[in-house]
Amino acid sequence: MTEKQATRDAYGQALAALGQENKEIVVLDADLSKSTKTADFQKVCPERFFNVGIAEQNMLGVAAGLAASRKRPVVSSFAVFATGRAFEQIRNSIAYPKLPVIIAATHAGVTVGEDGGSHQAIEDIAIMRALPNMTVLVPADGPQTKAALKAALDHDGPVYLRLGRLAVPTVYEETEPLTIGKGKILREGTDVAIVSCGLMTAIALEAAELLAAEGVAATVCDMPSVKPIDRQLTYSLAAGCGCVVTAEEHNIMGGLGGAVAEVLGECCPVPLERVGLNDVFGQSGKPLELLEEYGLTAVNIAAKAKKAISRK
Amino acid sequence: MAECKRENLTVTEVAAKALEMRRMIIEMLTEAGSGHPGGSLSATDIMASLFFHEMNIDPKEPKMADRDRFVLCKGHAAPALYSALALKGFFPKEDVFTLRKLGSHLQGHPDMKKLLGVDVSTGSLGQGLSMASGMALAGKLDNAPYRVYAILGDGELEEGQVWEAAMFAAHYHLDNLCAFVDNNGLQIDGNIDCVMSPNPIADKWRAFGWHVIEINGHDVQEIFMALDQAKTVKEQPTMIVAHTVKGKGVSFMENQAVWHGAAPKPDEKDRALAELV
Repeated sequence: MTEKQATRDAYGQALAALGQENKEIVVLDADLSKSTKTADFQKVCPERFFNVGIAEQNMLGVAAGLAASRKRPVVSSFAVFATGRAFEQIRNSIAYPKLPVIIAATHAGVTVGEDGGSHQAIEDIAIMRALPNMTVLVPADGPQTKAALKAALDHDGPVYLRLGRLAVPTVYEETEPLTIGKGKILREGTDVAIVSCGLMTAIALEAAELLAAEGVAATVCDMPSVKPIDRQLTYSLAAGCGCVVTAEEHNIMGGLGGAVAEVLGECCPVPLERVGLNDVFGQSGKPLELLEEYGLTAVNIAAKAKKAISRK
Repeated sequence: MAECKRENLTVTEVAAKALEMRRMIIEMLTEAGSGHPGGSLSATDIMASLFFHEMNIDPKEPKMADRDRFVLCKGHAAPALYSALALKGFFPKEDVFTLRKLGSHLQGHPDMKKLLGVDVSTGSLGQGLSMASGMALAGKLDNAPYRVYAILGDGELEEGQVWEAAMFAAHYHLDNLCAFVDNNGLQIDGNIDCVMSPNPIADKWRAFGWHVIEINGHDVQEIFMALDQAKTVKEQPTMIVAHTVKGKGVSFMENQAVWHGAAPKPDEKDRALAELV
């Protein structure tokens, strides 16, 4: 965990590299290409980059048409607009006919920062997860973002790829692949299992350190594939540790916490504590201040872990 | 390039197909007990012209790479599409009596995953033209010879996404895209001018950079001429504003908004079929 990179930056680089290899990739953006980093692709493959202007609904529809014509469209905007403004286009034009469109949405979560709550998607995982045929990937760092984009391009169906604006610590090696439907255990302990995704994975690893200093052994499991979730792994973590904490930069409802709660409720009902936004919108501020404000911290994860352990 | 499968029927032959389509529409909707006769009958002559005269499509090879594409933006006119596909040979004609029933490949609105010959799933108004534009863009990227045809409703023009797509198709010079507005003047809640006027329709499309042709949407000769003209237009998509009659061909359904979404009863079917000869 030395260098830092925003997942949006890793996405732009990976898209530019993969775009030069795979000539079927067509990239659409809605006037945010410099922020979403699709401009990196535009630089090397200008003939397959199309700015649709500020018109997200049309962007998702055009992507559906491209996918129905054997292209591999990748579309980007901010997560709020990609999933919110164009929700029903994603539902009816893409998910319903199971067309292989990659929706790579950046600026997810409160770490958007100063732009404030109007631009901080805290519900996008929940609404994408509720769509049949949709896969939801939330990479933890730069290398995993590249692996996620590759996995999405190999997948025959729509994929929601959730990316962030803030530079985050690198957790994974460059060569580590990502498998849809599989989680990854990054640290093993028997007292509590912390299941995380996105930038919360690096913070969960910090929390495990804090807990270790207090003699608590935590497992940290990164769950980049929020849908389909790794049910088997989730079950075995719950059965093995006896309690679970989830950590995500998202509403605690309907996202990773919700997905884990569903699995535990059905298969292994052990104490669960969820770290995330407690059903509130974000606000303006510096990204790190906002993480602190909403309890998206190692200290809070450690506290929730101890609470979960106490409920065993 | 693969052999062209354009059927190229004459005006008289297409008119005969349209009559047959109308009879099938009435029969399948009566059997289904629900659905949309008015907007199916208003778009029938356009679809008959496309499927039996213009489009390069082949029921034996429904996924043929260079086939012309068709997007029924106003997906509730599915019975008209199904009648064309059945007569064309994409599936057995008797299947139309499974329309809207559990397990049928003939869904209430066209489903590309269930029915070969349907190029994209539609039904949610406003989304089709974007998909058609994406298909046209793919054709441009591949230097493919195919054209993309679409039919929108006039009430559908009230959806904002239509105008996003209108800008897009003109901006990227998608001259392989040819759309129709089935301008029958009625939507579920009544006259389009009373509910939320999209008029003046032709002027709006011209202002958005499209080549616009206005025709009588029930005159097959005019439809042929418009399709021919559209193929000569370069750098611009074409919008054919087709003036039509909702419920066309069945006197008691014509120009009646109530027939937007009501299926005929058996006695009404008999009266309708007696007129469609």
